[in-house]
Amino acid sequence: MKPSYDIIVVGGGPAGTMTAKYAAENGADVCVLEKTRDIGYPVRCGEAVGHDGITQFVEMQKNWIAEKINSCTLVSPEGTKLDVPFANETGYILNRRIFDYDLSRLASKAGAQIFTKVKVQGLLFENDKIIGVKVNHLGEDKEIKGKIIVGADGVDSRVGRWAGLKTTVKIRDMESCMQYSVSNIDVKRNNMTMFVGKNYAPGGYLWIFPKGDNFANIGLGISGKYSKHKSAKKYLDEFMSREFPDASIHTSMCGGCPIAYPIKKPVADNIMIVGDAAHHINPVTGGGITPAMKSGMLAGIVGAEAIKYNDQSEKFLEKYVKAIDKDFTKRHHTLYKIKEAISQLSDEDINGIARNIDSIPTEKRTLRKVFMSSMLKKPSLIIDVMRIFTGL
Amino acid sequence: MINIIENKCDFCGTCVGVCPANCIDVDEASILINHKKCIDCDLCVYICPIEVLESINEA
Ligand SMILES: Cc1cc2nc3c(=O)[nH]c(=O)nc-3n(C[C@H](O)[C@H](O)[C@H](O)COP(=O)(O)OP(=O)(O)OC[C@H]3O[C@@H](n4cnc5c(N)ncnc54)[C@H](O)[C@@H]3O)c2cc1C
Repeated sequence: MKPSYDIIVVGGGPAGTMTAKYAAENGADVCVLEKTRDIGYPVRCGEAVGHDGITQFVEMQKNWIAEKINSCTLVSPEGTKLDVPFANETGYILNRRIFDYDLSRLASKAGAQIFTKVKVQGLLFENDKIIGVKVNHLGEDKEIKGKIIVGADGVDSRVGRWAGLKTTVKIRDMESCMQYSVSNIDVKRNNMTMFVGKNYAPGGYLWIFPKGDNFANIGLGISGKYSKHKSAKKYLDEFMSREFPDASIHTSMCGGCPIAYPIKKPVADNIMIVGDAAHHINPVTGGGITPAMKSGMLAGIVGAEAIKYNDQSEKFLEKYVKAIDKDFTKRHHTLYKIKEAISQLSDEDINGIARNIDSIPTEKRTLRKVFMSSMLKKPSLIIDVMRIFTGL
Repeated sequence: MINIIENKCDFCGTCVGVCPANCIDVDEASILINHKKCIDCDLCVYICPIEVLESINEA
């Protein structure tokens, strides 16, 4: 590890490694500091992505794919199953452990240096100006200088807060999540199933994402509005003992998903915030891999430019804000409103809409027809949700 | 005061994300609460997916 870099990226998830890749490719001297021993592990993710989402950055690799997805099923609270085949979209359930690892290798190939077991513990200031980070590397305290610090430190981000940026997630905008990776279950291949309703996952949904024969990620997220009364783990355990009492559990993990508005101010002098840390996550689906990669890419490009022009001021870094606004943050504002509208629907509302859609034959169930049908029943937004799901 | 049932913790950091006082520190296999900074809002208790945190009354 060198005593100084142009750009220091905190966190080795997709946001961090993509920041590093694009910053290095554009000429900056970059490092990635990851606190865990392993890039990509533990995996705190359902691992679902859309084909286009990933291939806009990198070519899809065979060993990243655990399962190809070409349809989805929505299960209403009373049990109506709505199958929606994907028209042009393809989805995948990834092997994120391999995927994240390979992204870090791409960053390294571009010239970035990756380090694990480096916990960033604070920012270094000189006359109120950020000039680097304080780290603990295998028990030893060190200081590393950097002209730009990028907070890619995920849901438990503190980098932004140390710089006075508001990255704290409101409890109502945090999904409390639990997931098991299980075998010995009967699971529909090439299909993702989502259960909605207060009994499964209030303010969120429960997912079954297959990964090969008889194997799947089964998890759920519940809104922080409800988790006070009953934890995510309790909801999932109830579902498992009801639906899959004989399952073997190979991985248990929990995590949080910030399904919030993107943070208002993700930059200040010498600092940028990307990915989950900046709440760059689709507020309806909780899909955050692609937005994390996108904000990382854009921050990497702007960061390298800021180095080249020797201007790391907030004003210069605003270019990153403009770029994400143009790309996805405006859309995320709309999606957030949709999320809020859905959360107003009662289980009865959803049952009614589902029954209505169910009366359209599956082969004719194009998203348009589904949409028109539910509009007649209730001008609700549930179908937008399905479109978003299928497009991920 | 917040008590941590540490051997139950998965170190996922969800509590850190909602903590308004920025007083929780989660590493790969450790969790620490700075009790001096903690404002006893209990949000970490409510959000924890696996009920690792509990609010206890100081005697
Ligand atoms: C249960 C669950 C299911 C999900 N399912 C999906 C899904 O199916 N599809 C999808 O697209 N998204 C899903 N998501 C969201 C997705 O996982 C995230 O949006 C994505 O990982 C964000 O990437 P990131 O790089 O911003 O953050 P992360 O991947 O969280 O990476 C942040 C990294 O920073 C490191 N770090 C943190 N603090 C420090 C520090 N102080 N010093 C050094 N390193 C630090 C962490 O160890 C971590 O490796 C899910 C999330 C959860 C919790």
